[in-house]
Amino acid sequence: MSPIVRPGFPVPPAPAVPFRHRHLLGIEGLAAAEITEILDIAEQYVELNRRGGAKSALLRGRTMVNLFFESSTRTRTSFELAGKRLGADVINMSSDGSSVKKGETLLDTAITLNAMHVDVLVVRHPESGAVKLLSDKVNCVVMNGGDGQHEHPTQALLDALTIRRRKGRLQGLVVTICGDVLHSRVARSNIHLLNTMGARVRVVAPPTLLPGAIERMGVEAHSDMRKGLAGADIVMMLRLQNERMQGRYVPSTREYFRFFGLDYDKLGAAKPDALIMHPGPMNRGVEIDSEVADDFGRSVIQEQVEMGVAVRMACLDILTRALRSNAPAIEVTN
Amino acid sequence: MPGTNGRGSTVVYINARIVDPASATDLKGALVTEGGIIRDFGPALFKDAPPFDCEIVDCEGKVLAPGLVDMRVQLREPGEEHKETIATAADAASAGGVTAMVCMPNTDPVIDDVSGVEFIARRAREVRGTKVFCYAAATQGLEGKELAEMGLLAEMGALGFTDGPRAVGEAQVMRRVLSYSRAFDALILQHPEEPTLAKGGAMNEGETSMRLGLPGIPAMAEVMMIERDLRLVELTGARFHIMHVSTADGIDAIRRAKKRGLPVTCDTAPPYFTLTEIDIGEYRTFCKISPPLRTERDRDAVVAGLADGTIDAITSDHAPQDQETKRVPFAQAENGVVGLETLLPLALALHHKGKLSLVEVLKKLTSAPAAILRLPFGRIAKGAPADLVLFDPDRPWIVDAKRFRSKSKNSPFDEMPVMGKVLRTVVAGRTLYDAQAA
Repeated sequence: MSPIVRPGFPVPPAPAVPFRHRHLLGIEGLAAAEITEILDIAEQYVELNRRGGAKSALLRGRTMVNLFFESSTRTRTSFELAGKRLGADVINMSSDGSSVKKGETLLDTAITLNAMHVDVLVVRHPESGAVKLLSDKVNCVVMNGGDGQHEHPTQALLDALTIRRRKGRLQGLVVTICGDVLHSRVARSNIHLLNTMGARVRVVAPPTLLPGAIERMGVEAHSDMRKGLAGADIVMMLRLQNERMQGRYVPSTREYFRFFGLDYDKLGAAKPDALIMHPGPMNRGVEIDSEVADDFGRSVIQEQVEMGVAVRMACLDILTRALRSNAPAIEVTN
Repeated sequence: MPGTNGRGSTVVYINARIVDPASATDLKGALVTEGGIIRDFGPALFKDAPPFDCEIVDCEGKVLAPGLVDMRVQLREPGEEHKETIATAADAASAGGVTAMVCMPNTDPVIDDVSGVEFIARRAREVRGTKVFCYAAATQGLEGKELAEMGLLAEMGALGFTDGPRAVGEAQVMRRVLSYSRAFDALILQHPEEPTLAKGGAMNEGETSMRLGLPGIPAMAEVMMIERDLRLVELTGARFHIMHVSTADGIDAIRRAKKRGLPVTCDTAPPYFTLTEIDIGEYRTFCKISPPLRTERDRDAVVAGLADGTIDAITSDHAPQDQETKRVPFAQAENGVVGLETLLPLALALHHKGKLSLVEVLKKLTSAPAAILRLPFGRIAKGAPADLVLFDPDRPWIVDAKRFRSKSKNSPFDEMPVMGKVLRTVVAGRTLYDAQAA
C-alpha cells in the first residue's frame, strides 16, 4: 500500500451534515451547519498559521489556479497563501485585457483549464454570474473570489470568523453594514451569511446606493447613520468606489464623509465595545476616519486579513474532500 | 405533396374544424382553395358529392384557421446572416404556422431608405415562403434624431415606422415622428422603454436583480414611456402601436387611453405571459430579453390585458442570437428569444388554461394584427388569400430547440411540454409545411 499523506495536525471529526456543494459560488444556499463547519475548520488553520513554518501536505500534487479578471492584491495573495500552506501548486493568471473584459474568452478559458487538469480554480470576475458560468463548464472545483456585484463568499466567511472569535457568537448580534450596498458583493454575501446565522443586519447608505428591494433580503435600511448604528455590535464599512462618486451617486466625497463616513462622533451611537470592520482597501477620509480605522482596541481590520487566509484554507480543505477520497492515494515521492 | 400544387390548382380541405376569428366562425365542414385564394367553404360543401380531379387534404377534424400574422420578427438579414436569414426564418415561420410576418428595421445596414425596403421585398419573393414585410426606421439610422423618409418608404411598402429595439427617447423627436406620420396615415410603433432610465440595465429591477447583483431596469421605465407617448398621441392624433408591453401599470395606462378613445393598439409576446424574472434562475441568458421578464404580478396583468382586449395582438418577438452572444456573463449577453416555432403552442396555453377562448387566442394571432397593419390576411372568407394553418390544438409535444428550423436556437422554452401542434401551413394556396413530411 502506498502511504497516504496526512495533514500535520489533527483533523476534526466528520460533521453531522456533510457539505453539500461541489463549488463555493456564494453564501446564498449554504446552511447554517455548513457555514459553522467552515468556521470551525478555519479556527484550526488559524492556529496552524500562527505556529509559523508549518505547512500541510493536504493538497500536495494538486494544482490550484487563481484566475483574476479584475485587479486584486489582497484577495489573490490570500488565496495563494492558503493554497501554498496546504501544499498545492498555485498558479496565478491575471487578465485585465479588454478582450477578456468583454467575456468573449471565458468559455475558451474553461476549455483550456480543463485540458490542463486543474484541481481547484479560484475566479474573480467583474461580471455577476461569470463564476457560475465558468463553473458549469470546467471539471474542477470552483471558488468564487468575487463576481461583479453578486457575491464574495470568502469575504463574508472571514468576516464571520473574525466576529465569532471576538464576540464568541454570531446569533443575536446587531451588525450594521455601511456604504455602497448597491454595488457591493461583500454586502450581499455578508447579508446572506449573517441572516443565516441569526444575526440582525442593518444597512446604512444614501438611498442612491441602496437597492430598492433591500428590505426583501431581511435587513433594516437606514439613511441616517446614527440611527443605523444605534446599539450595533459590529460596524462593517464598505469601500466607496471612486468612480461612483463625483456626482453620479453622491454629490461629493466631502458630503459623503460628513454624513456617511465613520468617525468617533457617529461611532458613539454604537455599543461601546462595537467592532469596526472593513474589507479593504480603505479610502481614509472618505468612508472611514483614519483614527477610527487605526483604533487598536476596536478596529479588527488587520485581523480580517489574517482570518482570510485561514478561511480560504478551510474552504479548500472542505471542497477538495471528494477529490481526495475519490482519487487514488498520493504517493510521497521521497 | 407539399409545394407541388402550382398556381391555379385546386385544393380541397375536408373534415375540417374551420375557425375564423374575424367572423367568429367555428364550424365543421370543408374549404376549397383555388390558386392563391379561398374559393369557398362551409358545412354543406361536398356533403353529397365528393370532390374529384383535385388535391384532397383530410383534416381529420383538426382546426383549420387563417395563417398566423406575426407583427414583429427580427430576421438579421442583411448583416447578421450567421444568426438568421430571410430564408431560414421563412422556413421556421412556416413550421410555426406563420404565413405573414413583419420584420424590424434593426438590420445592418438599417432599413431606413428605399433600397432597404426593396431588398427585403426582393429576398421575400425569392424565398417564396411565408410572406415577409418590413417596418422601416422612424428616424434615420435608428438614432432618434432625424426623421426617416416616411412617405417614400411607405410607398415602397413599409408597413410602419419604428426604431426597433430602441425607443425614440427625445420627446420632441417623437412628437415630430407622430405628427409627420399623419400625412401618410402611417403606423408608428414604439419600444416602450425610457432609455435614460433603463440605461445599463440587464434585467427587471427588483429583488431578483438585487440578489443576482445585476443592474436593473425599473418597470417604471416602461410605464413612463407609455404614458408620455400616449400624451403625444393625444397631441398629434397619430396611429400608434406599443410593442411588447410587459408591465401591469403600462397595460393599465393603455387601458385608460383606449377608454378615452385614443387610436392606440399594443401587443405582447409569449415570454411575457409565460415566464417571469424568476426563470432567469442562475443567470440564464436565454431569458434575457428586452423589455426584461417581469414579476408574477406583471405576468398576470399581461394575461388579464389579453383577456379584456387591452392587448390586441400576440407576436413571436422572434430575435435570433447565436452562441457567442448568449454564452457570456448575463450583463454582456444580447437580448432575444427565437419565437416563430413556439408562438402557437405558447399562445394556445392561454386557451388551455381557460384564460381565453380558442377563437380569442386565434384572433390575437391573425385578424387583429392584420387589422392593425391593414393587411388583407388573417381571415377565412370567400375571395380572401389562401393563407391557412391546420393544427391540432390538443396534441402534446415537447419543445426541442435542436430541431428548430431557425438558424439560432436561443429558446428558454427548450424541453418545455406544450400543447398544440402545427400540422400544415399553406401560403397562397401552396403547402409550405406538412408535419407528416417534415
